[in-house]
Amino acid sequence: MDKINVNVFIDRENKNTTLNLDNNSIVSDLLKKLSINPVTVIVARNNELILEDDKLKDNDKIKILSVISGG
Amino acid sequence: MNCCNEKPIIELYSGEKLCKSHFIEYFENKVLKTIRQFDLIDKKENLGVALSGGKDSLTVLYILNKLSKQNPKIKINAIAIDEGIQNYRDKTLEKAKDFCHKNNLELHIFSYKEEFGLKLDGMLKILNVKPCTICGIFRRYLLNKKSKDLKLTKLATGHNLDDECQSILMNQLKNNIQASARLGPKVGLVHDEKFVQRIKPLYLCTEKEVTTYAFVNGLLDEFNECPNVPQSFRAQVRDVLNDLENKFPGTKYSIVNSFLQTLPLLKQQFKDEVIKVCIKCSESSANDVCNACIYLEKLRKSIEVI
Repeated sequence: MDKINVNVFIDRENKNTTLNLDNNSIVSDLLKKLSINPVTVIVARNNELILEDDKLKDNDKIKILSVISGG
Repeated sequence: MNCCNEKPIIELYSGEKLCKSHFIEYFENKVLKTIRQFDLIDKKENLGVALSGGKDSLTVLYILNKLSKQNPKIKINAIAIDEGIQNYRDKTLEKAKDFCHKNNLELHIFSYKEEFGLKLDGMLKILNVKPCTICGIFRRYLLNKKSKDLKLTKLATGHNLDDECQSILMNQLKNNIQASARLGPKVGLVHDEKFVQRIKPLYLCTEKEVTTYAFVNGLLDEFNECPNVPQSFRAQVRDVLNDLENKFPGTKYSIVNSFLQTLPLLKQQFKDEVIKVCIKCSESSANDVCNACIYLEKLRKSIEVI
């Protein structure tokens, strides 16, 4: 398989999106594609936090949670 | 480098990767070390925690509540200010109420509407000022006044390393060094009974660490940003700092650590700053009339004209 589909929820934008990524993509590839600075977010899969070098899998459901203070 | 065989949940700027239990231990130790290093909390305190319902203030309340259970001489009171920002504060206050109810903590809520006659949204329709400026003036005013009424010995806030970094840089960019002299883990230049001293137990914790701690302890709710924040100078400085941190990890620590080395000199330089009493409300003020009273007068005059 050359490509994987990853479902992404971005909490700051309250937006769901599906991305088609290269197989072997890691979290930092996903953030780069979305132009998100990794300093400003934490990333969760199945309610568990994952790191920038964690590998993504086909049909992953990813949540990108902003660390920015709201007020 | 991983801490153990468990799956890591965070990578620190040093490159060390920590699992959930080691991260919780690391974070709580860091907060305790901050409290000890800067002498933030005495053995006996009637401590207030300024609670917005956001992740930072919930985290500081969660940790201080844990601490107070080990030390019954430390009493915890939560204080929340309802500025009246629709679709924002109403939601975070619900979270604050829910947390305090579940943890059997007393929560005191004071609103702009009750104290000043208008919600922030209403004030902004009348006054031509930046929202964060006026909101900050009235919030600090109420927090100090109500903390004194409640006889609190200190007031803890959820300010973290990122907040402090932003304030340091903002003061530099505005050439307002005297304001920087009032920063630090213990706020204020001189000890004065007109001020309830504010303390920042999360001073050395990055925003990412606080969010991670809030996440693993179930304190993180859906993202909710004040509608006025994107307009602020602080938000622009925050973005610049986050870009720098991404390119040069450890930038924020460097800024705050170098600031801490100069802070005693700054405090010394401005040690003779006199805290006056506002002739209208008797609250502390830098001038004869405090900023809160100046804006309240402007609001009254504008309402009379309308």
